[in-house]
Amino acid sequence: MNKELAKQIQEIAGVNPRKCMKCGKCTATCPAFDVMEYHPHQFVDMVEKGKVEELMNSKGIWTCLSCMACIERCPRSVEPARVIEAVRVAVARQQGMDHLKPEQIPALLDEELPQQAITSAFRKYRK
Amino acid sequence: MIMSYFPGCTLKTKGKELDTYGRKAAEALGFTLEELPDWQCCGAVYPMAKDEIATKLSSVRALVAARDLGQDLVTLCSACHHVIKRVNGDMKNDPNMQLKANNYMGLDVPYTGETNVLHYLEVLRDRIGFDVLKEKVVKPLTGRKIAAYYGCMLLRPSKEMQMDNPENPTIMEDFIRAIGAEPVIYAMRNECCGGYVTLENKDFAAKKASAIMDNAKNQGADCVITACPLCMYNLKENGGSDLPVYYFTQLLAEALGVD
Ligand code: SF4
Ligand code: SF4
Repeated sequence: MNKELAKQIQEIAGVNPRKCMKCGKCTATCPAFDVMEYHPHQFVDMVEKGKVEELMNSKGIWTCLSCMACIERCPRSVEPARVIEAVRVAVARQQGMDHLKPEQIPALLDEELPQQAITSAFRKYRK
Repeated sequence: MIMSYFPGCTLKTKGKELDTYGRKAAEALGFTLEELPDWQCCGAVYPMAKDEIATKLSSVRALVAARDLGQDLVTLCSACHHVIKRVNGDMKNDPNMQLKANNYMGLDVPYTGETNVLHYLEVLRDRIGFDVLKEKVVKPLTGRKIAAYYGCMLLRPSKEMQMDNPENPTIMEDFIRAIGAEPVIYAMRNECCGGYVTLENKDFAAKKASAIMDNAKNQGADCVITACPLCMYNLKENGGSDLPVYYFTQLLAEALGVD
């Protein structure tokens, strides 16, 4: 458990996980819940409890689609996607932890791929 | 009516049809999209982290440029619209963002979110009017059954985007009626297509995209329309369906006889 890091992540997220009433609506609506080892409501709970290292090491932070369905449908305005983004950002800001490297990009391209896909992959992972 | 226009990176390259037909249709409807000089890419993803400032500045520059011209700022790409609209909200409502961006940019007149950010569909609905559009249609798309795909970025978070009801939107269906076709309502129209992870997790993106295409087809659609180049790519290339996907501006231009 890392209280300092958890505090930082809450600040980056700008939302209060303690408002969560554990209804699970965010997870029920999440199109990626089955490919995230921690589901959105668990994210919120774990950040509240300071268990952020597990989250930072989980692959699921990169499969959240940032679709904002959990933000829209959370009855308590907890905005789980912001919590997940804060964990991604915390990882990306740590030196040497880039998720996607520019050298990897050419191999991933195809004729039709829009620039937007590349730009968003970069923005999401790299400062 | 002249409006400032932010095309964005993809509309100059892979998403040219969205742009070209949008401009032609605008002229036919009596408004001009004037491309902002020296616009910079919006970054394609709204930086959700509270302390991100630098990553939002390209949007702020576009917003300031439109304000200085005294014009509304129009976008066509869902992602650009999403990013610029939300950054504008931050410039209006987040004192920290306002202070830091203005300090850094050193503008003669500080910017506090004055510019109106409109998506092209909102221009059609709120400035032109769907009834007027209907009158200007010369080749109505009679008999066509069209499924509108909203996706995520136009609608959510509705508190900030304020385009339409996020769970039961009507703007694209009203558009489809105005060009003489029949809208097909299907459950997945505002669910995520997963396009965001196509670079790294194609199988997952494909699974999400196929669910949407299958749903539209099962409800009787003969094509799908979108305003997002990434959704377009994902639905078309990964969706595994024979249903064609078009940008809404392609069908608009067709109905107006300017294609
Ligand atoms: S929807 Fe909101 S209140 Fe419900 S579990 Fe998720 S974060 Fe908590
Ligand atoms: S933003 Fe991420 S966590 Fe939230 S519903 Fe979408 S995919 Fe799930």
